[in-house]
Amino acid sequence: MSDETLEGADAPDHPPAWWRGDFVHGFVRSPVAIVSATIVAMLLLLAILAPFVAPYDVRDPAKANVVDARLPPSSTGMFGDQYSLGTDPQGRDMLSAMIYGLRTSLLVGLGAIGLAAACGIALGLASGYFGGTIDAVIMRAADVQSSFPAILIALLIDGITRTLMDRTTHEALAVPILIAAIAASFWVQYARVVRGLVLVERGREYVLAARVTGVRTVTILFRHILPNVLGPVLVIATINLALAILTEATLSFLGVGIPPTQPSLGSLVRIGNEFLFSGDWWISLMPGGLLVVLSLGVNLFGDWLRDALNPRLAS
Amino acid sequence: MGFMIGRLGQTLIVLLVAALVSFMLFRYVGDPVNNMVGQAASLADREAMRTQLGLNDPVAVQFARFVGDVLRGDLGMSYRFGQPISDLLLQRLPATLELSLLSILLAAGLGVPLGVWTALHPRSRSAKLLMLASLAGVALPTFLIGIVLILVFSVWLGWLPSFGRGEVVSFGAWTTGLLTASGLKALVLPSVTLGLFQMTLIMRLVRAEMQEVLRSDFIRFARARGLKRATVNYDHGLRNTLVPVITIVGLQFGNVFAFSVIVETVFQWPGLGLLVIQAIQFADVPLLAAYIVLVALCFAIINLIVDILYAVIDPRVGAAQLARGGAA
Amino acid sequence: MTTPLLQVENLRVEIATRHRDLVAIDDLSLSIGEGEVLGVVGESGAGKSITGNAILGLLEWPARKTGGRILLEGRRIDDLDEEEMRRLRGRQIGAVFQDPLASLDPLMTIGYQLVQTITTHLDIPRDEARERAARLLAEVGIPAPRERLDSYPHELSGGMRQRIVLALAFCCEPRVVIADEPTTALDVSVQAQVIDLLKRMCRERGTAVMLVTHDMGVIAEAADRVAVMYAGRVVETGPTMDVLRAPLHPYSRGLMASIPSMRRAARDRARADLPMIPGAMPRLDALPRGCAFHPRCPVAIARCARERPPFVPAGPSGGACWLVADGASGEVPAHA
Repeated sequence: MSDETLEGADAPDHPPAWWRGDFVHGFVRSPVAIVSATIVAMLLLLAILAPFVAPYDVRDPAKANVVDARLPPSSTGMFGDQYSLGTDPQGRDMLSAMIYGLRTSLLVGLGAIGLAAACGIALGLASGYFGGTIDAVIMRAADVQSSFPAILIALLIDGITRTLMDRTTHEALAVPILIAAIAASFWVQYARVVRGLVLVERGREYVLAARVTGVRTVTILFRHILPNVLGPVLVIATINLALAILTEATLSFLGVGIPPTQPSLGSLVRIGNEFLFSGDWWISLMPGGLLVVLSLGVNLFGDWLRDALNPRLAS
Repeated sequence: MGFMIGRLGQTLIVLLVAALVSFMLFRYVGDPVNNMVGQAASLADREAMRTQLGLNDPVAVQFARFVGDVLRGDLGMSYRFGQPISDLLLQRLPATLELSLLSILLAAGLGVPLGVWTALHPRSRSAKLLMLASLAGVALPTFLIGIVLILVFSVWLGWLPSFGRGEVVSFGAWTTGLLTASGLKALVLPSVTLGLFQMTLIMRLVRAEMQEVLRSDFIRFARARGLKRATVNYDHGLRNTLVPVITIVGLQFGNVFAFSVIVETVFQWPGLGLLVIQAIQFADVPLLAAYIVLVALCFAIINLIVDILYAVIDPRVGAAQLARGGAA
Repeated sequence: MTTPLLQVENLRVEIATRHRDLVAIDDLSLSIGEGEVLGVVGESGAGKSITGNAILGLLEWPARKTGGRILLEGRRIDDLDEEEMRRLRGRQIGAVFQDPLASLDPLMTIGYQLVQTITTHLDIPRDEARERAARLLAEVGIPAPRERLDSYPHELSGGMRQRIVLALAFCCEPRVVIADEPTTALDVSVQAQVIDLLKRMCRERGTAVMLVTHDMGVIAEAADRVAVMYAGRVVETGPTMDVLRAPLHPYSRGLMASIPSMRRAARDRARADLPMIPGAMPRLDALPRGCAFHPRCPVAIARCARERPPFVPAGPSGGACWLVADGASGEVPAHA
């Protein structure tokens, strides 16, 4: 065994093409990664194609047939409509409601994380690069905020905006407000990581050289520092996405998220809650199940991504 | 000592900021005068009312008055309930507190031993199973867990109630459900729901920390000195693990506060969480403002206690070092 | 020739990885006599620490011993079960590790850790153990030993901490002590003190010491004999002075040339920098065929690339090199 010839001197000079690299290699070898990525991809596709895939358009409350309310799965309605997963108390088709609800969840989740990342990165860059008072203020705010759980922050922000504007305005702006409220609870992680990386990069020779030759600050930040930041940010984002999706669902369930007229997985569960004792389990459990599948898929993929990118980040 | 003063200072700043937010909300959102005099009053009457309420005084004065009121326990009147808010809060506090404490006890009581066990036997089958199950705790939203538990234990099996506190016994201002059978039964599902997520969190934390500690040099040195396995794992290993864990569990108490909002909604538990949901839904501004101050206060106190605890337990940070005056 | 206290014969340690098992230690033999200090020297990754761990029975998965024997006072200790091995550790075999701050439990006082170790192995009452601990602290040169018993590790300086670690290693009077890089984490000014202390303690007790280090200066100071390790094997051993002045193996020669010395500096005034051995030690999964050192060896011959040279004893010394083996008298053909 010890006589195997692996000449140490013959190390390859160029890294292999990316599709043969460690990352992809690890991906195809890990069943967890493949399954979770597939699930997430499929759900994403479903959400994007919602108007084409869903049997009924549930965004318009007027179209629902109240007569067909609370029908169990695989039923046929009064006028011959097929409801493969049953209907809710308003007569909306569960399958369609779930697909549109999935769409909302993903929209809010991705939007919130995107916003949080953008703000967090910007604040982290500013904090790390300029230091001094700016740094102190931002980091204090981060410390204070990170001791509060996301749900509470999102709840309070949503609550405050609700008291600031009247009902109809608030309903119309529900989605952006929700995205902002959830983003507000997640920016801290990005800011901290980015700030740390900026502090490291700031002292490097190439940055000092750029500053001496008069390159503008913004250019330095974007051209040199930002690319290094994207890896860790991606990992944090994937892990946060599941939490953001669950936060939206929870807020909708509590009645302070998406208004009940628009489809959302959380509000579907809420509606179904009242009918558990009557035995209409599908109204709550099916959207709940979909939510679990989505969150598990994103979570598992995020975990795998974090482990896969780690040794490379260390180098 | 400097450490203490710094922490207290930070706490005060947080409280002031929360008070400010709350005050802004209270003063500028909705019109307190409108709510008091109704639509028909004339402009002159309103002006008189405003001056009488002190609403025409400079902002700083109003803020000072607000803070003074809060410190005296006067949090104003709830729009929706028509009662003094401080009364409302005190009424609902025992319910939330009992629920929170019970669920933390459950979470830590199960989470810590399980975490230790999976750290000591990382490659055993049950450890892998537990880690997989803990994933469920992270991926399942709390409200769904509650609903599934209701479905199984209330609807299908009929063993436990699905809403309310059951019969409660009063001790002056405090009401407890621990002394009646129905009260205890009512506590089971909500505290399990609330505690499950925390438990998986604690278990994973303890496991990660302990594995980290077990890899450290002093553990290796302890084994090299021939100390007994139990001594190495528990006396040295567990003690060092628990130091950061205890502080995080303390912070978890704050998390429980937030999640109690969800659990109280699912189980219609008459606590503070349900109160704040109602406040938001009915735009009950004074109540919401008071809740913000209360939350900030609770978190600040919890954080302070945790920091003090950490300083006491870890000799590197603690008063012991301060007393001895540093390295020799 | 003293009968060896510790003997390692043909030790083999493998590390399991996802693809295949790597050989970390290959056919390693060494021995240490009573009161003798054996220096084990080599670059990082040569397998010095793994050897120490193997002797202590502290090899952890994925590393495991797959061959060879370890004998203490003539009795085999590598095939004992965990409990028997535990009783041996601390009592018969002591250990000193690199980082004294990391070696001590930060949450416990010095006294607690000393007394705990003493009472684990010796059946004496606590206050007697405490007395013993105080005497040990005095022996290792800690001022005000009785008060120090109640101190925490972070309250003391690095040098003091390493003395305490030495006290802990010697507190149950072991026959052998494995010292793994005991001075690497210390200030240069403190290093000499700790080495002196180690030498004194082992002379007074007749303890055999395996002193693992990559610092040739420490070897020159403290070791009676030296074993040079490369890529998991011993490539040369011998009395320290012999190996320092006339190394047999090309790798040892390279190492000796890297010791800064006044005489050499004067001789090589023309040379601007310290001679270094070009290249790096091969990774375990990329070991060259034949002699592991041949890609970096300035005097390698064709045979070196084909066959691995066995360890050939030459009097009190010995080396694993074809040039040593061929020149049976021990003379090495001088190179330009």
